[in-house]
Formats: sequence, C-alpha cells, structure tokens
Amino acid sequence: MSVKEAEATPAQVKALALAPQLKRDPQTFWGMAIQTLRRDRLTLVAIGFLVVLGALAILAPVITGLIGVGPNDTNPENAFSPPYLVPYIEWRLGLDLETAPRLLGKTDGVAHWLGTDQLGRDQLARLLYGGRVSLGIAFLAASITLVLGVTVGTIAGFFGGLVDDVIIWFINTLVSIPGIYLLIIVSAIFKPNPMTLTLFLGLLGWFGTARLIRGNVFKVRELDFVTAARSIGAGSGRIMLQHVIPNSLPIIIVNAAIDIGVLILVESALSFLGLGVQPPTATWGSMLNRANNLMFLRDPETGGYLALHLLVAPGLLITLTVLALYLIGDGLRDALDPMMKNAR
Amino acid sequence: MFRYVLRRLLQAIPTLLGVSVISFVLVNSTPGDPILIRTFDPNITQETREIMRQQLGLDQSLPLQYFRWFTGYMIRPGDVVAQFETDSVSCRYVAPIGQTVCDTGGGIIRGNLGTSISTKQPVWDRMVERMPATLELGVASLFLTLLLGVPLGVLSAVRQGSWFDNAVRFLAVVGNAVPAFWLGIMLIFLFGVYLGVLPTGGRQTLTLDNEFDLVDRLRHLILPAFILAFGGIAGISRFMRTETLEVIRTDYIRTAKAKGLPGSRVWFVHALRNALIPLMTILGPAITGVLTGAVITETIFAWPGMGRLTFSAAVQRDYPMVLGAVMFFSLLTILGNLLSDILYGVVDPRVRLS
Repeated sequence: MSVKEAEATPAQVKALALAPQLKRDPQTFWGMAIQTLRRDRLTLVAIGFLVVLGALAILAPVITGLIGVGPNDTNPENAFSPPYLVPYIEWRLGLDLETAPRLLGKTDGVAHWLGTDQLGRDQLARLLYGGRVSLGIAFLAASITLVLGVTVGTIAGFFGGLVDDVIIWFINTLVSIPGIYLLIIVSAIFKPNPMTLTLFLGLLGWFGTARLIRGNVFKVRELDFVTAARSIGAGSGRIMLQHVIPNSLPIIIVNAAIDIGVLILVESALSFLGLGVQPPTATWGSMLNRANNLMFLRDPETGGYLALHLLVAPGLLITLTVLALYLIGDGLRDALDPMMKNAR
Repeated sequence: MFRYVLRRLLQAIPTLLGVSVISFVLVNSTPGDPILIRTFDPNITQETREIMRQQLGLDQSLPLQYFRWFTGYMIRPGDVVAQFETDSVSCRYVAPIGQTVCDTGGGIIRGNLGTSISTKQPVWDRMVERMPATLELGVASLFLTLLLGVPLGVLSAVRQGSWFDNAVRFLAVVGNAVPAFWLGIMLIFLFGVYLGVLPTGGRQTLTLDNEFDLVDRLRHLILPAFILAFGGIAGISRFMRTETLEVIRTDYIRTAKAKGLPGSRVWFVHALRNALIPLMTILGPAITGVLTGAVITETIFAWPGMGRLTFSAAVQRDYPMVLGAVMFFSLLTILGNLLSDILYGVVDPRVRLS
C-alpha cells in the first residue's frame, strides 16, 4: 500500500478501494447519531418508557374495555377502593388468600388495579385517559412552539439588524411577564378546553425556542457554505430552508424533547390549580387537585389513609414522564453533538 | 460603569411599556361584560349601568381606555365637562382640539394601580398588605437555595465521578422533573398529616392575641420555603458543578498546586472564589424563579402572599387587581434581569465595554 494517491493510476485506485482495510461504509451524521444512541442504555430505557406510555394512552379505550370500566363510570358504593395490584400478586403467590377475592367481590368482579377515587371511578382508566389529554396537549403545544420558535428565531437571526431588534424587543417584553401568571390570567379568564389550552401553551411558550434558534442562526449564517450558496444566486428563502434550518436541526430536536417535558409540567400545574382542562375530563394534574383535598381522609375501621394511592400515582406518572423526556433530551444532545462526545 | 448602568436602565423603559400594553390588551379582550360582572344586582337599571360604563370609560375604544389606565386622563369628544365632572374627577374643555380632558386622579404612571373590584380597596394597598409574607418566603427560599445548592455543586465537582457526584447529578435531573406542587402535597401529607410534626399550611397559628412566635413562624415557613427552593437547588448545584470544574482546569490552579500550596488554600482561596463569581449573574433569574414559583407554592400551602392574591384575583376576574399584580411582578422581573446584567458588567469588564 505504498502507492501515493496523487500519482496513482486508475487501476491502482481501484485496487486501493478494494483493499479490505479500506472497505468501510461511509458514515452519515444521522447514522453516527443513531449509533451513539444505540449504546446509550439510559436514553433507550427512557424512549422505551415513553413509547409504552404513548401506546397505552392511545389504546386506552381497548384496555379499559378489557377491564370493563370507563374513565367516568362512577360507583359511589366502591369509592376509595385500594389498588388491586398488590393483593392480586399476594393472592397468586399464595401469601394472602383473602384480600384479593374480597376486593373483587366488592366490585362485582371488576379489578381496579390502581384503586378507585372518591366517586368510585377506576384510577387506571382515568390515568390512561388523562395521559391522552396530558400527552396530547404537551405534544401538540410543543409542535406549535417549535414552528413559531424556529420561524421567528430563524428570521431574526438571519436578517439581523432592525428586524432582529424588533423581534428581540417583543420577545424580551413578553418574557418579562412571568409566564405562569400570564397563563393563569388567560386560563382563568377564558376557561379553556383541551384545544384552547393547547393553543395558549403553544402561543405563550415559543420565546425560549426562538432565542435559542436565533443564537444558532447567527453562527450558521457566517459559515462559508452560506456565502457559497449566496454567490451562486440562492435567495434568502432558499438559504434559510436548505442550509440554515437543517443546520439548526440538532438544537431543534433536543429542544423539542425538553420542551414537551416542560409543557407537561406546566399543564399539570395549571390543571392542579383548577385552571386547566375542566372536569370531568381527567388529566394527571386535575386528578391531583382532587386528591389534594382528600389527603386527610382515613378509614374509620383500619385507620389507614384512604386517598394515598390517588395522591401518589398521578404525581409519580408525571415525574417519570418528564424525567424520561429530559433524559431523552440529554441523550440526543450527546448523540447529535459530535463535539460533546469527547468532552464527557 | 455609570454609563453602562444608565443604558441598561433606559432599555428597560420600552420593555415596561410593552408589558403594560400587552397585559392591558390581554385582560381587556375578555369575553363578557365587566359591568355585568360587577353589578349582578337586578335592581340596577340599564341607565345606571350605562352611566357606570361611561364613568369607567368602558364605552371608549381600547387605545383610549389604555391611555386612561396609564395616565389617568380621560379624553372625550365635545364639551362634556358637566356630564363627567364629579368630586374626584376634574374636567376641562380644550377648545383647540374640541375634546374634553378629565383628570381622574389615577393612572399607573402616577403610581395609582386603581381599585380592586372585589374589596373596593386600592390595589396597591392590598398588595402592600401581602408583601411581607411573600418577601419572607422568598428570602427564606433564596437562602435555602444558596445554602444547599452551592456546597452540593462544589463538592460534587471536587469529587467528580464519585458516588456523591453521581447522586447530586441524579438529584438535579430528578429535581427538575418532579412537579413542585406534587412534591409539596406529598411533604404536607408526610410531615403534616402522617407524622403530624409540621403544620399543613398558613403562615402562623391563629391565636387570640396574635403574638409573634418565632418558633411557630419557622415551623410554618420550612416546608413552603423548601418547596419553593427545590427547583433552584437543582439548578444552582448543576451550575456550580460546571463552574467549579471549569475553574479547576485552569492554569492558575495548576500553578497553585505545583508551587506546593496546601489543598485547602487552593480550594478555598483560588478555586472557590473564582467559581463563585458567575453565581452573581444568575441571581436575577433566581429571583424570577422564586416569584414564578410563589404562586403555586403559596396556593398549596395557603400562604397569605402576593402569588395567592393574584391567583384568587384572576379566578374572581378582579381585573384591576390582576393588572396591578402583573405589572408589579413584571417590574420585579425586569429589575432582576437588570441586576443580573449590571453584576455581570461588574464582574466581566468585556460586557460593559461592548
């Protein structure tokens, strides 16, 4: 292999290319990113969790159909039923042969795996249906913030000057009003349904994304390939769509994952305050709103707290979902930023 | 330095103006009739409602309403002095422009935020009444944030890669993902209901003589302050870890170690001092975070502060109250960011000269 490339004849080049050491498939940016992701077990677990959760939420009608309960089926006689899951396991393992059949007998054979709330509604069914609303709102609102943030951020960063000054003044002004107050006012006044709440969250949530994209576009527009594109006569629109935005994609994707997590937190906080989606529609936040008022209730016979399962389950689910999204965001950042790989 | 501060101050003015326009338009674009909301009394006639509407300027266009809210001056076409002049409103007909100008004595530019609809008290008085509680909670939680966040971050950087470092980093990620309100109610359940060692809410135990009892106050303060500080502790510990790691890798630390200085001197004099400088720059966002979080924390813990006041005003549609509170919080946010910028200029000369 001592042939110098510059002096090589076509035949030698061909032979070189066939040499087994050099037979390596070309790697693309995205291919490398996926390879990194494959080795990142924590991120894979987070993605898996989110996929399962999403599938469960989408299949909510089927699952609740199998159990035989709806999310809004009330049964006052069976309020505050404890979760069936633990007694069931004990029953199957032969540790406790009484509790599970007794619970089942009380509910006419319907298994309330995560117990029931103050109206006897099945918590699992409500969590699944609530997941549809909470996840749906967060994903849709995140796509709104993404579209608005990327568009405005790219325009501000690309054109700079007066356009940038006006846009940045506008963003700085809106950011000066603490976001949660803005949302509280809007939702207290307009009493949102899931659709309008999505709109509010989307329309009031894009400022950070826009700033981030703007900063990146400032960097990208100075690069040589932009100058090259301009010199062969490409217009601003084409440069933005073909060169600037694709080069912001890694930032956009990482930001989207974290943004969805933040939106889930904000939506649940609003619903917890009673300002989000109105009852009887279940969301994770509004389920906690009810549970919060019931935490003092105790069983007159056993003295156990009746609403503990209602307090724990929705909050845990919110935490795990948001955690999964943050971890995915972190994992994607590592995978999509080759410079970061060696830094850690 | 003076010129830098002045420039930043001047830049804050258009922002504040923008905030006032946006919040005014937002609150006033609500569906429904504000007069009907204010006067559900069926005995009030339509004419009375119409007069009230005119006196409050609600029949005017939105820009004129904003002008009145902002400056306190109401402008109406033609000579209508007799119609609008009352004990508190003085009107004058300005012939050249053919308009009557009435001075209503209000206007946020003169520091008058108007009157709350629900209690008929001045908005400012209601806010002042609640300020000490919010201040108490805010200062306590900022104190907790720094007291816990800084040592956690620095220690995890010093012990980089150890179990302690991993635990702190894990806590920081989880801390960002836990909804503060859920953590709040879980802690209320644990300490207030199950163990019964701390109160479940409020600022003090109600007694007949309302005597100041420090222990009682602190017992009420600890849970809300911790919940409000929680997100900040996660954020600051991560920030301090990054900053400390950066400082450790600098040449002057290597020099200090190489010339044989004792470890404690390297850590406390050379490393820690330089790692703490950037902390000043995130004080502004930290203040904003406390303000933003206060509304939820105060609502969970029934803390009689401004966040809860704003929340209940929004639910009751007490528009002047809501507007006043939003203007106040926005002003604080702007001042917080300004403080951050100025401190940044103090710390880093490159910033103030650019």
